[in-house]
Amino acid sequence: MLTSSFNIADLLDSLETDIRQQIESRKLNNPLLIGIHSGGAWIAERMHQRLRIAEPLGLMDITFYRDDFSQIGMHPNVKASQLPPRLEGRDIILIDDVFYTGRTIRAALNEIFDYGRPNQVLLAVLIERNGRQIPLQPDCRGVRIDLPDGQRIKLTGPDPLGIDLQTLACAA
Amino acid sequence: MHRHIQLTEQGKLKHFLSTEGLNKSLLTEILDTAESFVGISEHQVKKVPLLRGKTIVNLFFENSTRTRTTFELAATRLSADVLNMNIATSATSKGESLLDTIRNLEAMHVDMFVVRHALSGAAHFIAQHTAPHISVINAGDGQHAHPTQAMLDMFTIRQHKKQFEGLKVAIVGDILHSRVARSQILALNTLGVAEVRVIAPKTLLPAHVRSMGVIPLHDMDEGLSDVDVVIMLRLQKERMNSAFLPSESEFFKCYGLTEAKLQRAKPDAIVMHPGPINRGVEIASSVADGPQSVILQQVSNGIAVRMAVMTMTLGHHGGMA
Repeated sequence: MLTSSFNIADLLDSLETDIRQQIESRKLNNPLLIGIHSGGAWIAERMHQRLRIAEPLGLMDITFYRDDFSQIGMHPNVKASQLPPRLEGRDIILIDDVFYTGRTIRAALNEIFDYGRPNQVLLAVLIERNGRQIPLQPDCRGVRIDLPDGQRIKLTGPDPLGIDLQTLACAA
Repeated sequence: MHRHIQLTEQGKLKHFLSTEGLNKSLLTEILDTAESFVGISEHQVKKVPLLRGKTIVNLFFENSTRTRTTFELAATRLSADVLNMNIATSATSKGESLLDTIRNLEAMHVDMFVVRHALSGAAHFIAQHTAPHISVINAGDGQHAHPTQAMLDMFTIRQHKKQFEGLKVAIVGDILHSRVARSQILALNTLGVAEVRVIAPKTLLPAHVRSMGVIPLHDMDEGLSDVDVVIMLRLQKERMNSAFLPSESEFFKCYGLTEAKLQRAKPDAIVMHPGPINRGVEIASSVADGPQSVILQQVSNGIAVRMAVMTMTLGHHGGMA
C-alpha cells in the first residue's frame, strides 16, 4: 500500500471505531488516555476529543526509559511526562502513532508501572507495521501495513497530520 | 590539554573536569539536559532507569556533605549503584598511592569516578590515567575548579532570568581561593553575560584577575549597583587567621551582604550562595532567608545538573568502547 493512498481522516475513523469496541468488550471504566510524545500525543489529542473524555489527556516522553541509551546517549529537552500522580487501578489507553519494533511500548509500560499498578492497559496505534522485535502488539489500530526493510514511516504534524515514508540511504 | 581530555572524538562530553574549554553549545546542552530531570524529583517513584547497571564511585578525599549527598542522590535517581569511598578510613591512609586506589577500583568494573580532592588537578590526573571506559567528574579540586557547582548556578540564573545576554553579575568575597568563582567566571563569560564583576578586598583577588574577563571592584555600593545577580562566596574561617583579613566583623561591615547593600542591585536581582553559609560573616540572615534569595533552589537544582552531567558523560561510551 502506498502512503499516498492513506487518508488520515479514514485512519482516525477506524482507530476510533476499534477503540470504542475495545472499551466495550473489555469493560474499560473511566479510561485515561496517554499519548506518547510526539506523534502519539497528536493522535491521542484527536481521540481524546472524539471519545469526549473529560479527564485531561496524559502525555509521556519515554526518553529516560529507552533501551538504546548506552548506544546513542540522550537528547536534551526531554518533555516532562504529564500523568496523574496515581495510576494505581486505572484503565489506561496508551496511544502511539506507529507500532514498529515494540521497544517504545516496552519503555512506556515501564514508565507507567513506575507510577503505580494499572488495572488494564490497552494499546492503540494509528499504523501498525511489520518488524516486531519483542512480544508486544497493539489492541487497536487504524491500519496494518507491510513495508520493506529499510523503509521508515513517520507521522508529521501536529496540524495538519501527514504521513511521511522514508527509505534509509544505508538500506538501499 | 584540558580542552580535549574532556571530550570524545565526536566532541561529546566524556569527563567533566572544568568549565574551561567547553563551548557555549555544550554548556547549554548541560543546562537543557538538566531541565529534563527537574520533574523527576517530584514523581512518586523518584527514579528513572537510564544508568541502571552502572556503578559510580564517590571518591571524596576532602569532606563535603552536601556535594557528596547531591551526587549520590543524582546517581540513585538515575538507578546507578553508588559506592561512597571514605578515603580517611581507606587504604590511602595505609599508604596506598592514588593510582593504586584507582587501579583497584577499575578492577571492580566501575563506570565513573566523582572526585573531590584538596589538590588542584587531582580529577584531571585521574582522568588521564584511568581506563578508557571510565568517566571522571570533578566535584572540586583544590583552588582550581568546581564545575558542577558552577553549572547549577548557571541553571539557577537561567531559571530566573531566562537568558544570559545582557546580565550583570557580581561575585563577592574570597575570589583568590575560590574554585567556585573560577568555574563561574568561565561559564558566565562563555554563556555570554554582559558583565562579570568581582568584589573583594585586594588581598582576596588574584593578581591578574582582569585577564579572566572580569571587572575588579573593592566597594560594595559601586559593585552591586544595577546588577541582576549577586553571588556571595563562603568565607573560609581559616583565612581569618591568616594575614588576608582583619576580622569577621570588619569583613561583614565592608563586604557582607545586608538588605541595605542589596538595595543597590536591581529590584528583581537574585541572591546566590554555594553554601554552607556563614550567617553574619558574608551574608546577613535577613538576606539569606529573604525573598530574593535562591540559595535553596540552588541545592535542588544541583541534583538535576549532576544527573545531566552523569548521563551525558556515560551516554557516549557504549557502542564505541
